Amino acid sequence: MVARSPHAASDPGASPYAPAPYRVLDNHPETGNTVTLTLAPASGEPLPSFLPGQFNMFYAFGIGEAAISISGDPSSKGPLVHTVRAVGRVSQALARLRPGEFAGVRGPYGRAWPLEEAPGKDVVIVAGGLGLAPLRPVLYRLLAERSRYGRIEVIYGARTPADLIYYSELQSWRHRTDVRVQVTVDSADRSWNGDVGVVTQRIPDSRFDPERTLALVCGPEIMMRYVAQSLIARGIAPHAIWLSMERNMKCAIAQCGHCQFGPLFLCRDGPVFPYSQIRGLMSQREA
Amino acid sequence: MPPSERKLNVLNEGDHPFLLGMPKEFLEVATEHGTEIELEAEEMLFREGEAAERFYLILSGKVALEISAADHPRITVETVGTGEVLGWSWLISPRRWTLDARTVKPTRLIALNAPDLQRYFSQHPELGYRFLLRLLPVIAERLDATRIQLVDIHGA
Repeated sequence: MVARSPHAASDPGASPYAPAPYRVLDNHPETGNTVTLTLAPASGEPLPSFLPGQFNMFYAFGIGEAAISISGDPSSKGPLVHTVRAVGRVSQALARLRPGEFAGVRGPYGRAWPLEEAPGKDVVIVAGGLGLAPLRPVLYRLLAERSRYGRIEVIYGARTPADLIYYSELQSWRHRTDVRVQVTVDSADRSWNGDVGVVTQRIPDSRFDPERTLALVCGPEIMMRYVAQSLIARGIAPHAIWLSMERNMKCAIAQCGHCQFGPLFLCRDGPVFPYSQIRGLMSQREA
Repeated sequence: MPPSERKLNVLNEGDHPFLLGMPKEFLEVATEHGTEIELEAEEMLFREGEAAERFYLILSGKVALEISAADHPRITVETVGTGEVLGWSWLISPRRWTLDARTVKPTRLIALNAPDLQRYFSQHPELGYRFLLRLLPVIAERLDATRIQLVDIHGA
């Protein structure tokens, strides 16, 4: 499924690269270098709808643009929610935005998670680090329509407990009886009484029927590769495993080629792909 | 025998995933040389450098494997829990634990006496070979996990 009602500058004759101004409503710290921003269109127009897995081009005025996944509730009419890790010039500027300040937004773009395939099936969500951000809208959707799906398993890993995002929400999901949430970290001190290890170690005893399971995976590419292998070892077919890929996006409308991935453009053809489609590309060394 | 331990009555293959498919003879030997242990949270199961003389099957609970050093804060590098096994240093010279093991929550384990097991295996190598065939995939899986941790898969 692809983007609909993209939001750019409200003038229909405007350049497709022109962002719409958004006002920051809140900046909520998630970890030491990651924040969740909530924003609303400065024009007062309604927020464009989005599908779980889509992204916006997010513009820090005078500095540059970055592709950032939408991490809010897809059924909500607003505000717009993005979780940003401050790792480069643009994302650092975005993460510094305070309520009342402005950013530019155009989108949403990209292929969404294939949730239309999920009803009646078990759903396994595996995320690493910031990879939980584009999967949070999936969880909102699944939990809002809980009776339509089979078992829901969430496996989330981070480097340390301090690197876990959406911590309080993770806790509330863990208390639900209709979703199983496993959280693991690479290492921890004694104040952590959860699991220590990697997400792949949590897959063997996850509860799902591999013949009728949809697996959605997002995180560092190396993690997704190992997770896909572990899910296949559990019996899930490669076409039922979906990954959200990341490359340096510039135009987001398949014109510039910056996000080219073999014959694919991530902005147009992805970022979400079935593992069966990209397995060969993932093992190729890039120049 | 400490108050937290009691002799096993009879060990069945359904008692723990590691025992599934193991021959009856092994279950009898394990019953003879095994105890069941119940620990509260925050108890030390073993410490680095101590003689490794037991093989553990975790029935319920969770155990943290920790590394500590004078110049480094203590860190947990892995947790093992219900249905998993713990401890193979007794198979490898110098037969000393290489990590600390601490319970994170109340934990029940079966502890098999390793010197007794080794004596039995040396007299019945076919059974020892079956035991190793069962244990090696566990060791390989932990090695894989350690390699994956090294490439920082949750980072980025």
